[in-house]
Amino acid sequence: MTELIRRLLRTPQGALGMAIVALVLLLVLAGPLAAPHDPDTMAPLARYKGPGLVYWLGTDQYGRDILSRLLYGARATVIMALLATALGSVAGAIIGTFSAFLGGRGDEAIMRTIDAIMSIPSLLFALLIVNLLGKSSLDAVLAIGVAFAPGMARVTRSVALTVRKQDYVQAAIARGESGSHVVFREMLPNVVAPVIVEATLRVAFAVMLFATLSFLGLGAQPPAPEWGLMVAEARRFMHLSPWMILWPSVAIALVAIGFNLLGDGLRDALNPRT
Amino acid sequence: MSLSYLLKRCGLTLYTLVIVSLIVFAVTQVLPGDAATMLLGENATPAALAAVRERLGLDAPIWVQFGHWLMGALHGDFGTSLRTGEPVAPVMIEALGRSLLLAALAIGFMLSIAVPLGVLAAVRRGRLADVLVGLVSYVGVSLPEFVTATIFGLVLADALQWLPATGYVPLAEHPGRSLVHLVLPVLTVSVILIAHVSRMVRSELVDVLHTDYIRAARLKGLSARTVLLKHGLRNALLPTITIVALDVGYLLGGVIVVEEIFALPGIGRQLIVAIEARDLPAIQAGALIMAATYSIVNFMADLAYAWLDKRIQYD
Repeated sequence: MTELIRRLLRTPQGALGMAIVALVLLLVLAGPLAAPHDPDTMAPLARYKGPGLVYWLGTDQYGRDILSRLLYGARATVIMALLATALGSVAGAIIGTFSAFLGGRGDEAIMRTIDAIMSIPSLLFALLIVNLLGKSSLDAVLAIGVAFAPGMARVTRSVALTVRKQDYVQAAIARGESGSHVVFREMLPNVVAPVIVEATLRVAFAVMLFATLSFLGLGAQPPAPEWGLMVAEARRFMHLSPWMILWPSVAIALVAIGFNLLGDGLRDALNPRT
Repeated sequence: MSLSYLLKRCGLTLYTLVIVSLIVFAVTQVLPGDAATMLLGENATPAALAAVRERLGLDAPIWVQFGHWLMGALHGDFGTSLRTGEPVAPVMIEALGRSLLLAALAIGFMLSIAVPLGVLAAVRRGRLADVLVGLVSYVGVSLPEFVTATIFGLVLADALQWLPATGYVPLAEHPGRSLVHLVLPVLTVSVILIAHVSRMVRSELVDVLHTDYIRAARLKGLSARTVLLKHGLRNALLPTITIVALDVGYLLGGVIVVEEIFALPGIGRQLIVAIEARDLPAIQAGALIMAATYSIVNFMADLAYAWLDKRIQYD
């Protein structure tokens, strides 16, 4: 494990990604404490302010401090994205491992069905599920999780197929262990590493997808300081203050870049080719 | 390309379409509160509700409803919109045409930028140009469409006044103005694709340039240009076809966002309007048409790939 982290930090992507993700997680945990203002306090006399000494990143249409809203919103955005990815990854990993365990026609049938489901674009799938469940943050999390599961299942299954051939799995099957024992106790622990790499890359996508749903009015609802929603609200006032759009956009991009870099770095650290 | 491969691929596409239609139907039909209540409002009398349910066929078992809907869809009949009372299919098909124009322009634009960028990065591997392309592509894949759309709109339409901010002009009516209105949407959906595809072209080309046949071509004394373009790029671009086809799914998602932002009356915008109005038949039609478009594009890409690369003969 320490060896892995050392290898991760040696690549430029890994080190930079790790730094950004660590910073983001710190802000998620400590954000509300670090926020200089209350995110919901309105200041009618200080609306549409640009960056300055009192309001570091400026204020929005109600005179609310943008920096404080971003810091509070880190929870609304990042935690939801992490939750959605975790949900999709766990479900996908179980389906993929189970499919590899089954093998033969069962595996074929599951994988063909998964390929079919994946022909529905993620955003469209998420939109359909939000339509079914309703418009709220938690429904959006569930929608993204469900939309991610097939892709994760496919990635997991390709790894689980090799694991399936290992002696310890064959031994467990020969011992007469139950299917759930073989899947959960023998195979799943050994597919975790590639699943984590894939999940890290997907967090970036989840942040973007979650913000997109909120932007379209189908995720977090006002007055939540969710970043996508902040961009959506700021669009109406972009003539008055472009900063209102800029900062939440930068925040979304920064988080996505961080997780993309970390995922690529992890992949390289796990499969040292060169 | 063997006949058995062709048949198998056809079978898979059909299976995909069946599964997709099942999912679309299941996800939309299990809505809390049925279509009859939606039509008549909360205060409708039970008798009126029952009459509407009977008229819409909502009192039949769910399998009968699915069969009925699927048969209709196969004949191009997706029912009538709960919002407008008009048939859904013609509206959706017309909207699909506009979206496909946007998607085709985006793919063309994307390839004309992404392939040269990828080649540049691969040839200059490890040098400044490679690092720069890599950096730009990281930023590119990390910007959701609504952010790029907003920034492009702010700069190109608002500040510089070079382009119209929103709106749509039919191609047949005024080709020039139509294309001008499409510039911002095409730019926006291309960004993520350029970032992704240029990375793929780079990594494929880097792998190809390390093969024996490239070394042989170099040792034969062929010019660097011939080796790169005729031997290297040709082989590197083959897998790119599949990647671009897979990216079409992502592109369709981007099209939904971009059409909503730039007020382009394509299928994505129709879908958002339908979802906001809880207009079931329209949601079903929009979702099914989009997913079907994607699977058919992938089907064609697979055939093209198998046709171009004679080594591919999946059993």
